[in-house]
Amino acid sequence: MGKNIRLLQGNEACVEGALLAGVRFFGGYPITPSTEIAEGLARRLPLVDGTFVQMEDEIGSLAAVIGASVAGVKAMTATSGPGFSLMQEHIGYAYMAEAPCVVIDVQRGGPSTGLPTKVSQSDIMQAAYGTHGDYRAIVLSASSCEECLLYTIKAVNLSEKYRTPVVLLTDEVIGHMREKVEIPDPEELEIVDRVKPEVPPEWYKHFEITPTFISPMASFGDGYRFNITGLTHDEMGFPTAKPVQIKAKLDKLRKKIERNKEDICEIKTTYMDDEPHVVVLSTGIVSRAANQAVKMARQKRMKVGAIQLVTVWPFPDELIMQYMKSCRHLIVAELNQGQILKEIERYIDKRHTKIESLQRYDSELITPQDILQKVREVK
Amino acid sequence: MSKNKNHQAQSDRYEIRLSGSGGQGLILAGVMLAEAMGVEDGKNVVQTQSYGPEARGGASRADVVVSSDTIYYPKPMGLDLLLALTQEACDTYFSALRENGILIIDSDLVHQPPTPDCYSFPFTMLAKNEIGHVMVANVISLGAIVEITRLASKDSIKTVVKSRAPVGTEEKNLKALELGFKIAKEKMKSTRTAAV
Amino acid sequence: MATTTKKPEQPSNVVHKYLRAKKTFPHVWCSGCGIGIILGALIRAIDRLGLPKDDIAVLSGIGCSSRLPVYVDFNTLHTTHGRAIAFATGVKVAKPKLNVIVITGDGDCLAIGGNHFIHACRRNINITTILVNNHIYGMTGGQFSPTTPYTKRGSTAPYGNLEHPFDAAKLAIAAGASYVARGTVYHVGQLTRLIADGISNNGFSLIDALSNCHTYYGRWNKEGDPVKMIEWFKSHVVPAATADKMPPEKKEGKWLTGVLHQEDKPEYTENYARLRAELKKK
Repeated sequence: MGKNIRLLQGNEACVEGALLAGVRFFGGYPITPSTEIAEGLARRLPLVDGTFVQMEDEIGSLAAVIGASVAGVKAMTATSGPGFSLMQEHIGYAYMAEAPCVVIDVQRGGPSTGLPTKVSQSDIMQAAYGTHGDYRAIVLSASSCEECLLYTIKAVNLSEKYRTPVVLLTDEVIGHMREKVEIPDPEELEIVDRVKPEVPPEWYKHFEITPTFISPMASFGDGYRFNITGLTHDEMGFPTAKPVQIKAKLDKLRKKIERNKEDICEIKTTYMDDEPHVVVLSTGIVSRAANQAVKMARQKRMKVGAIQLVTVWPFPDELIMQYMKSCRHLIVAELNQGQILKEIERYIDKRHTKIESLQRYDSELITPQDILQKVREVK
Repeated sequence: MSKNKNHQAQSDRYEIRLSGSGGQGLILAGVMLAEAMGVEDGKNVVQTQSYGPEARGGASRADVVVSSDTIYYPKPMGLDLLLALTQEACDTYFSALRENGILIIDSDLVHQPPTPDCYSFPFTMLAKNEIGHVMVANVISLGAIVEITRLASKDSIKTVVKSRAPVGTEEKNLKALELGFKIAKEKMKSTRTAAV
Repeated sequence: MATTTKKPEQPSNVVHKYLRAKKTFPHVWCSGCGIGIILGALIRAIDRLGLPKDDIAVLSGIGCSSRLPVYVDFNTLHTTHGRAIAFATGVKVAKPKLNVIVITGDGDCLAIGGNHFIHACRRNINITTILVNNHIYGMTGGQFSPTTPYTKRGSTAPYGNLEHPFDAAKLAIAAGASYVARGTVYHVGQLTRLIADGISNNGFSLIDALSNCHTYYGRWNKEGDPVKMIEWFKSHVVPAATADKMPPEKKEGKWLTGVLHQEDKPEYTENYARLRAELKKK
């Protein structure tokens, strides 16, 4: 008793997660299949002293989100393919300005308008490399309604901790399907807030290069009166043309993520304890089919395991590689033309582990049968 | 595909499809059924649906997978139960029904059942004549499904129908649910009698 | 023997109180540019209103005028091209106590940022937008903008502009801004007053500040040096207050200046605060 369990759509679970994480601003623009997130927060935010603003487009949406964030409020938006493309400019700004914010991308088929009501995982590369310049992305991926709630919280926490935009990938199927979701007790949740400066305003540097590369963050109106710019800047936030300062800034953006990969990266495994020779690697909704297939294979006494990427970027290569010693066949299953495949290929010794790819981009899910068939082919 | 032997091993899963045309309230019925089995009765459930232009007319469907175990794959792999409220839906989805799966149809709207081995009720007609509102055909069929399969307890489905029904229509919907229980009970009794 | 009298504070000292001169100067603007005059007017307006520095957020997009926030000692956010007003929307709703001021140019505000501009007008959110309107893209080197007059030249209109310009003030009025005014870099006293009134207005305010770009606009159109260009404004404005009584031929080719529109209407963040309060009662 006492557990608060509800039947929620993935998009609705994102709403609950956002509120629990402390998000109090949402700026968004309607787009299928993400709109329920905006609708839910339009209803809920004013009840918790938050604000929902329906902006004029996705460019403005993320701009408003960053504006709210620098004014001290946890802020996010949600969108899908075309809107995510429009947001790239400001995702870049958020990297440069080191402004915490979360973008939930409920993936649909692309390119362009593509398939508004059909599932896809074709934004995996865009989520990491969509905006111009050098930076390191944090991108998470949810495979269930419960994970929509938990990883929205995780996304907000990571963005606050590392002062960086975080993208949460879901998709049309997860967004609209309903599952039982346990609404956690807020008391038991770990909620991360950005580190505030302890120094007086005259010593404050908004982009201070600290040993961890993460700078304490004051908000507008706190009495610190700093400058933020999308121009490459010094530690004070003023535009710079000095090569030393430029390099230091770009190193900071990379290192604060790279050096904390261990903290950021997470994978989930199914039937991986007995060193299976065949492993299915996937993320998001495809992991549901992979786990089902693995379960069915095990019932037929086939030694198969599955790895689900929870963190897609930074790519959790170390976590995956510890399972590759025993793996002879790695099946990479994804709803695109090989976006995870191309990344994992960089790490795998192909003399030892053969990589097989299983891709669907015809608007349908990869089924457990599709995966089982592939398993039989490689066995 | 549904006749594939692989699926026989999935005895911990039960897969239901509620199908018909947009506007028949099938998504809501699917949500009610999932909530009754999941939240009220404590089983694992996943409810999915066809989404998009179909939602405004044309073929529509809501799928519910229920299991006492973890549900990995969220969509049906071989239906255990198909409710078809239109001929088109029946024709489209019958092939997804596994061997020995249960077919339930609206007798007035599905003129050519693909098999005589099915439950046939005039849901829409009953909704209009007995309850006075065609919109509750979905809930009558929910009642029939619960009576036939016992997938959800009656108390659970009652609780959910009451809380999910549009404000002001709770009584009508509960009446519709009871009617669904009743017609299914009678039908099962008469089938058994006929068999004897 | 000597009596010391405290020197009255010079106007320039007022400006210096608000500058980050030590950290950020020299500035990027050409000598003679009107943006400096607008910067001075903005600071004097803020000083006149007695607003604490901590309570002011100045945002901008991209372009010559958008470099302004870097130089002033407030909460400053130099954003992306055209989007400052959208960022400002987030800042304002997150911290309504902040006086939010956007500095923008004619390309920034009316071309790439046109959509954000009209929708912020429509929301009547309490943001004061100062449009440094010099009728050309300066930062990128003299391309024609949405306010370049018909037939005038720029580097991308080398044979003369084939397009018709926007009237930013009319656009703002039609879109729903509750305070719309126009000033020039010649009429500095008036400009300062208009900016102060715009900041005081509880809603979206636009101050269309006509400025000179002698470096590009002046050169392309043979309109001369900064002094000549600024003086041009002196003889090419008509006060809006008296315009109605003037014959049309006297207004031909001239800008209406002063307060062009003012109305009382509900402000967005206040509407939102009211909504929250009402929901709490339920």
